[in-house]
Amino acid sequence: MVKTSEKQSFDIMSHDLVPLHIIISDKEKKELFEKYNIAPENLPKIFDSDPVIKSIGAKPGQITKIVRKSHTAKEAVAYRLVIESNE
Amino acid sequence: MAKKTTASKKDKKTAEKKKIKKPVIKEEKPKKTPVKKTKEPKTISKTTDAKKTKKIKKETAKKPVKKETKKEEKAKKIKRKKTKKEEKPVEITIVPKPKTVEEPKGHKELREEILKILKDEYLPLSIIDDIILIVIKEKGLKKKLKEIIKKSLESYKKTLIDPSEACGIVGAQSIGEPGTQMTMRTFHYAGVAEINVTLGLPRLIEIVDARSIPSTPMMNIYLRDEYCLNPDLAKEVANQIEITLLNDISDISADLTNLVIFIDPDKKSIEKKGIDMEDLLDAVKKIRKTDAKIEKNRVKISLDDPSYKKLLEVTETLKGLKVKGIDGIKRIIIRKEPDEGYVIYSEGSNLEKVLEIVGVDPYRTTTNDIQSVGRVLGIEAARNMIIQEAYNTLSEQGLNVDRRHIMIVADVMTSGGTIKAIGRHGVSKEKESVLSRAAFEITVAHLLQAARRGEVDHLGGVAENIIVGQPVNLGTGAVELVMKRTSGKKKKK
Repeated sequence: MVKTSEKQSFDIMSHDLVPLHIIISDKEKKELFEKYNIAPENLPKIFDSDPVIKSIGAKPGQITKIVRKSHTAKEAVAYRLVIESNE
Repeated sequence: MAKKTTASKKDKKTAEKKKIKKPVIKEEKPKKTPVKKTKEPKTISKTTDAKKTKKIKKETAKKPVKKETKKEEKAKKIKRKKTKKEEKPVEITIVPKPKTVEEPKGHKELREEILKILKDEYLPLSIIDDIILIVIKEKGLKKKLKEIIKKSLESYKKTLIDPSEACGIVGAQSIGEPGTQMTMRTFHYAGVAEINVTLGLPRLIEIVDARSIPSTPMMNIYLRDEYCLNPDLAKEVANQIEITLLNDISDISADLTNLVIFIDPDKKSIEKKGIDMEDLLDAVKKIRKTDAKIEKNRVKISLDDPSYKKLLEVTETLKGLKVKGIDGIKRIIIRKEPDEGYVIYSEGSNLEKVLEIVGVDPYRTTTNDIQSVGRVLGIEAARNMIIQEAYNTLSEQGLNVDRRHIMIVADVMTSGGTIKAIGRHGVSKEKESVLSRAAFEITVAHLLQAARRGEVDHLGGVAENIIVGQPVNLGTGAVELVMKRTSGKKKKK
């Protein structure tokens, strides 16, 4: 016999460990690069195979703004460049 | 409103101890949460413990959307009975998101005002929050808001780290120095009795090494809704998680004359684990080239092509056969925590599968296996986990390391999108310059190899620049002075 395989699904974005990820617009992108005088390659990376990136649907080349919960500043903003994974 | 809740909280605490004030609490509750009226009587009838009522209050504050899902779950349970003998019914419950608490109105207005004063300037949220709390407490301060913010901006900018400061070195020293005082090898029973967890220096090395499986994987499994209040439900969830091998619940005996195997399940342990004979049969049928049948209270297994050797082989595989549970989770301990209700601690870890079990709170359950956190919840979650684990390991030994130093480590480890290890030779997979490699070990061999390959050194690091004899690109060495020539010319004229 087949025992009921009950499962539950959930939104990983709401997990305690996962901070808020937002895809930023081209305008914001430009402002960001001008403000810090950097190129996209200088940002930390995130793979497009990352579960969070899959869930928000970002494409390689886009930039995600990450609002981290920080113990020191309560909220800290970071950016990551979405790159293609080679897997 | 706020006062009321604090008062009732106290009531509950006393009720918890003496269980006398219980009826009072019941009366109070609908006042506090009028939205949840329909839900409350249900839960109270189920759980009459004072402790449980406390939990409900917490729940209502967090997730008031629960009502619907409860109905759904009930409907599903009925469905489940009906569909029991159909082909694999996979039912997917969607766990609603936990709701965030909104801040009071007065705070919101003040926050907007502060942001207006700040304009383009930046102050961390924690400082703004502190200002709001103090200004609301003392009414006279509101007039001086502009000055307060100006002063705090000033001192905030003073405390910022200088550009080109070697923050990585500072971080390494700040973690390394207290690290010398750590116990070299400790196996400690962390919080939970009986579960053995690697702590101290070995654990810290493990975190920084980004090992794929920690030496003592462990999970904290939180339960949601009524699952964390009702011990029977908690036990049920635990049974679904803990791995149960056939050998643990039954006697396996091989009949050598007839070349068949009998499995005699132990009635008590089967009931305890919530397994019936059909479950057993189902698990046994997975073995190839055998046929299994139920005979009275035992399962009979016959081979397709009987032979003595095959019989022994099948007996061995039967011993290690999984009947129920999740791979990798060896042992489970259920504990009643003061504010949480029942919490499951597990030896062994399998985050993907545990989060799918109905009743587990998927938003709080964590594991100490950082790589699997990275796989399931993403690189940012892994970063948070590295910080949390490293900080806890250090502070558990009584070492006070500022979180910012650990944050640098976590940032470097996760900056490439995967979790990279930091070892004796620096960050793994990172190209290192020839000169710095030569300065460290086997100088001649490295230089010779580099010359043969025609490697280029960009003189980015500390060692390279010292070898060449120029200022290191750090701190004051990173600044170049440029003189304005125009003013000088004017003076000459």
